[in-house]
Amino acid sequence: MAISDKKHNLPDNRLERVPEYGCAPTGSTVEMRLAHTWECNPGWRGWFSTVDHKTIGIRYLITAFIFLIIGGIEALIMRAQLSLPDQTLLTPEQYNQLFTMHGITMIFLYALPILSGFSNYLWPLLLGSRDMAFPRLNALSYWIFLFAGVFMYASFPLGQAPNAGWFNYVPFSGPIYNTGPNIDVFALGMVLLGISTTVGAVNFIVTLFKMRAPGMTINRVPILVWGTLTASVANLITIPAVSLAFLLLWLDRQVGTQFFDVANGGKPLLWQHLFWIFGHPWVYAIVLPAMGIVSDALPTFCRRPLVGYTAVALATMATMMFGFVVWVHHMFATGLPTISLSIFGAASMAISIPSAVAVFAWIATIWLGRPVFKTPFLFFAGFVILFVIGGLSGVMVAAVSLNWQLNETYFVVAHLHYVLLGINVFPVIGGIYYWFPKFTGRMMNEKLGKWSFWVMFIGFNAAFFPMHIAGLLGMPRRIYTYSSHMGWDTVNMITSIGSFIFAIGILIFLVNVMISLKRGVLAGSNPWDAATLEWSISSPPPAYNFAVIPIIASRHPLWENRLNESSERSSLSEGYLLTAGHETIGTSPIDAKPQVILKMPGDSYIPFFVGLFVSLLFVGLLFHWWSFIGVMTAACCITLILWMWPQKSLAQRTVFNADHSSQNNSEKI
Amino acid sequence: MNLFDHNRSLPIGSDAKLSTGWWGVLALIVTESALFAYLLFTYFYLSAQTEQQWPPEGLPSLTMPIINTIILLASSVSVWASEHYIRLKQIRWSIGLMALSIILGISFVLIQLIEWHKKPYDMTSDLYGSLYFTITGFHMCHVVIGIVVLLLLLVWLSLGYFDDRRHAAVTIGGVYWHFVDVVWLFVFATLYLFPYSDSV
Ligand code: HEM
Ligand SMILES: [Cu+2]
Repeated sequence: MAISDKKHNLPDNRLERVPEYGCAPTGSTVEMRLAHTWECNPGWRGWFSTVDHKTIGIRYLITAFIFLIIGGIEALIMRAQLSLPDQTLLTPEQYNQLFTMHGITMIFLYALPILSGFSNYLWPLLLGSRDMAFPRLNALSYWIFLFAGVFMYASFPLGQAPNAGWFNYVPFSGPIYNTGPNIDVFALGMVLLGISTTVGAVNFIVTLFKMRAPGMTINRVPILVWGTLTASVANLITIPAVSLAFLLLWLDRQVGTQFFDVANGGKPLLWQHLFWIFGHPWVYAIVLPAMGIVSDALPTFCRRPLVGYTAVALATMATMMFGFVVWVHHMFATGLPTISLSIFGAASMAISIPSAVAVFAWIATIWLGRPVFKTPFLFFAGFVILFVIGGLSGVMVAAVSLNWQLNETYFVVAHLHYVLLGINVFPVIGGIYYWFPKFTGRMMNEKLGKWSFWVMFIGFNAAFFPMHIAGLLGMPRRIYTYSSHMGWDTVNMITSIGSFIFAIGILIFLVNVMISLKRGVLAGSNPWDAATLEWSISSPPPAYNFAVIPIIASRHPLWENRLNESSERSSLSEGYLLTAGHETIGTSPIDAKPQVILKMPGDSYIPFFVGLFVSLLFVGLLFHWWSFIGVMTAACCITLILWMWPQKSLAQRTVFNADHSSQNNSEKI
Repeated sequence: MNLFDHNRSLPIGSDAKLSTGWWGVLALIVTESALFAYLLFTYFYLSAQTEQQWPPEGLPSLTMPIINTIILLASSVSVWASEHYIRLKQIRWSIGLMALSIILGISFVLIQLIEWHKKPYDMTSDLYGSLYFTITGFHMCHVVIGIVVLLLLLVWLSLGYFDDRRHAAVTIGGVYWHFVDVVWLFVFATLYLFPYSDSV
């Protein structure tokens, strides 16, 4: 091990040192020391205290997938009700609660969290780091997400679930028309979930700018990183709008303020503005990282780099830029002045330009490559097709005049499912097929994989394409039944059958996961022969990720010899060792020059307790238990102070006493 | 093949603006600024369309609010100076100034409470009251959290945790306090100065 040379004669090697540089092959003393340092607590203690981004990522994936299944079951119940006219399987109120919970679950508890799962697991591996910038914040973000999900479902078994649709318009959701606990649960749950999403976003942003491996300049990061970065910036800026909207609504309902109260000068349209200022960027937040998954994984199966990396990266950000200024297209039918409708309509159509750039980049990649038709490829190619269909119906509803015809009909339901399932669910399932070997060390079954794709793809189109027609035939959304005189019987029957076929596709996928977990073929470190850093380490990765922090010379560290784009080569087996406790390297934001040796925190129970106390505080708010709220606030403060207390092991404090013993002391807190 | 001089020595751990915490607090400030922007958007959106007497008590009196604003700005200056003195290795001065900042912060809170008390309306009596108390309430929460942060910094400084080489926490906590103060200028301009713009 290359120990720091002494010629500098540093005053104190606990505040500054020359990082050790060298190799650490598996089994070497350095490697074993790393494994020991980074290993997490065994058993239930580890369960509550781990801050390993890989564990947290997997938890996010599994939890979000469970929410997908719950939301899917709700959808199937609705489709059973709508398969024939005049059915009475559900009462109108039950139907209201089901479509609302379905929307909430899919949009808030599945679509973004599942992408956070991928990003949490993959970011440090893609960026060549040993963890995220804030490992404890990462754990906190997961716990609050979990508790917020449970919170929002708490009133469901009582038949009092949120019932005003996922965008929860006032005055229907206000204190006069909605007197039960339904909306309060939703409102407080959303504020709680907002905390989780926000701290998660901060973590992604700081990780990208501080934690990339040396040499990974900003134009060498994978597109998934661009996607998640863009989504995180958008979340940082727009989540406060929706949290505020829900808080004001809760105040109106429970305290007696008058923000949305028409009789006293409040304005219902204020709700719509605040909601959609958040809502539209959010729909991009739940697709851009998924598009990133495709941009990174599709090239592996085309055996060539992505065509137009720079264009796709810029298009990702341009989409979000436009995304900030189009929210009014959700409010075309509210009687706003024509001039603002025209401007927002035009801006909405303009978004199709960056989207088209990305689509052409993917098509060109397939076209110019030598496609290998493995399961993930099928999902990514299917995604491109669905994206085009969903994009087309999107441009249609962006036209103000057509929007007035189609608003609140099944055409919109068709559109939103084409984009949400097409651009989120298909890439997500494809992504799981692709990274499963990295997560678990085993390959997924190809035969079942192909089956799951085709059943899902056919079922999806059978379910959702006819909805366009139902919409054109005038069928309104959010109706619990219809009469057979309307002529909607056939399309609804086909839609319902398609939905169940799609569900069978998901089931095949789940069976595949179960079987492959046990009996999948063992995968080496790089089973797909892919180009990015995560494939340079063993599957599943060791706790410390990288035994040496690699030094990066290109966008495709594992394909350099093949592509031979320049004479420079990345150094994957020789680099910084950093073994004095939990350490990784911090680099400069743009050109990734090493700047600082970062001390990372180890396992800690604190995030779990902060999450728990914050969530209990919201329970207190729901029931107006004021003294309980006081106790929980105090508990949060105390745990947060413990969290923030400057620690020697993180070099947050100075060192006065001339205790020059070895650095190993600093490992223990 | 070597892209860097890997014999260069690097700082370890939380080194001021190289620390992840510094970046984290900047991101926090972005999201909190957005929060206040939406609060003020709500105010302007509703006030632009209202037919009520706005504010209900007529034009607000400015004397106390201006004094209070000055107090808050002074506390920012003293937080800044406190950090400056750590760099100059004069920890005593630093501790003293931090304590002064806390006193100024608490005075702001007390004066603001008196202001609240003097209002003839409350959160529920009318739309203006809802807005006034929600917006100033949000800001008050931030001030209180800020004061707790400053108190912690004071304790840590007194325990001798920081010196000229290592005091990231002071830099981070300090910039949060500056943020709370700058936001007040916007809140103050909106709630106290803006009503005058109609009357000129
Ligand atoms: C098995 C797959 C799915 C089926 C069969 C399905 C079916 C439905 C049905 C029947 C409705 C109610 C339409 C109405 O009455 O207006 C609906 C609404 C909705 N779905 Fe799905 N859905 C599925 C998956 C998804 C996914 C994956 C997402 C998002 C990622 C999603 C997002 C939504 C949203 C946002 C609404 C609107 C809720 C509202 O009106 O408040 N759905 N879906
Ligand atoms: Cu939109």
